[in-house]
Amino acid sequence: MSESETPIQETRINLAPAERTSPSISVRLLRLFSSLPNLGLLIFLIIAWQLASTVWLPSIDPHMAVLMPAPTLIAKTAAAMIASGELFYHLTASLKREAMAFLFSAVAIPLGIAMGWWRLVYNQVQPIMEILRPIPPLAWIPLSILWFGLGDEQNEFIIFLGMFFPILVNTIVGVKNIEPNLVRAARSLGAPEYKVLGRVVFKGALPQIITGVRIGLGVGWMALVAAELVGANSGLGFLINDARSMLRTDVIVVGMLTIGLIGLLIDIAIRMISRRLLPWSLALGR
Amino acid sequence: MGRLTVKGLSKVYGESSAAGSVTALQNVSFEVPDNQFCSILGHSGCGKTTLLNIAAGFEKPTSGSVMVDGEPIRTPGWQNTMIFQDYALFPWASVADNIAFGLEMKNMPRHKRLDTTQYFIGLVGLKGFENKYPHQLSGGMRQRVAIARALAVRPQLLLMDEPFAALDAQNRAFMQDELVRIWQREPKTVMLVTHSIDEAIKLSDCIAVMTRRPGRVKEFIQVELPRPRDEDDAAYLKLKRKLRDLIHDEMEEQ
Repeated sequence: MSESETPIQETRINLAPAERTSPSISVRLLRLFSSLPNLGLLIFLIIAWQLASTVWLPSIDPHMAVLMPAPTLIAKTAAAMIASGELFYHLTASLKREAMAFLFSAVAIPLGIAMGWWRLVYNQVQPIMEILRPIPPLAWIPLSILWFGLGDEQNEFIIFLGMFFPILVNTIVGVKNIEPNLVRAARSLGAPEYKVLGRVVFKGALPQIITGVRIGLGVGWMALVAAELVGANSGLGFLINDARSMLRTDVIVVGMLTIGLIGLLIDIAIRMISRRLLPWSLALGR
Repeated sequence: MGRLTVKGLSKVYGESSAAGSVTALQNVSFEVPDNQFCSILGHSGCGKTTLLNIAAGFEKPTSGSVMVDGEPIRTPGWQNTMIFQDYALFPWASVADNIAFGLEMKNMPRHKRLDTTQYFIGLVGLKGFENKYPHQLSGGMRQRVAIARALAVRPQLLLMDEPFAALDAQNRAFMQDELVRIWQREPKTVMLVTHSIDEAIKLSDCIAVMTRRPGRVKEFIQVELPRPRDEDDAAYLKLKRKLRDLIHDEMEEQ
């Protein structure tokens, strides 16, 4: 299962440096300030963008300015959309779909444990998995619109597909990588088979399962926006597509930035939760 | 009670008499009385780990059996629990939770479980470390947790697979003394696998010296030395020389 090894390494790299210590607030602030010079290029680009949108593009053709809304205009639009509740409305619609799809895709966890543990289950399910897994969730959109019609169910189905396989594959890897002596130790201490599964296999695979959930939520979030572009009348994907028809590029960019920001926040939240719940797994990764 | 009987035990990996088959154990027989400490001494590849795995119920013998009080061992369980070289502690569980695991599996009521756990934490000298996690402990301390966890279920037979091999020399000597102290407080029939002659003499009531593959018992030696054992004692050195010669012969014959 070589393709599934990438996520493991990815987490190690992402998590390792920050984990060593938990510095005090003043140390963190100091670090924040000392990293400010790193934002130099970003600030320069924003200023250049502002000038291009307000001075350069209008001087060529006034209509072109619409294609590249200025950062100040975007900020103003964002403030207005937050104040009116419009942004919040679409955001909650998207988050609700993401959450519903996650509830369904959690089935991948018991299935992955069964596949990792029992050879027979793995041999039977693996061919099906290998056929379905390479199909991008977006390729399901036409069929799913016919199945579910436009709306929440269709969106959730697409998101579900995006989440399901990362969680499944990581759960299988997590179960297969469990230290065999831990299983032997549990049996040797008198654990019946179902308790070996629940108390040792599940717990031992948990760090990898959470990695799968992280990746799954990320893929799901991307699939969500695409699903909403074509098959919804609310949500962030709908918002930016709807704004296109009205040539409201400022709304489009606000929507895009919100999508990126929320995706990042979901990822950070999962990492914080796993750090809390599984302090031991970070120690193992060193 | 826990009288250990190994009777006519053989283990062949692969189809027996086929070309690729490996005979790990061949007709191994010996007996260890209740509450005695027995070491299996031999080079790596002499089948001593196979013997241990069969006694733990992890592997099935090709013929013969390992019995405790006349009952053949067929499956793993708390009656014949094992201590591993790599400790095999549950990394997600605290010291106390690791030790309580087997008690939970035995469905011991909570208050009794806490008492028993506390007793064994005290016995192995880990008071104050109850809530630490395995990764926060040194190798020696981890092995103390593993010993407490195995003893807490009150097995009839305690199996140990080179338990101190991963420790440095000083810690190893210290942990050997600790093991004797703990074993004298909580007497058990013990079968320990080792390749260290000193470890075998320091710990054991009896030593089974194994031959090279296929593993057979070359000699079964009773150790009559008084405890604690003095490494400079003439009788100790004599026994050490004897064991070294036995082991050395195996190297030559190879």
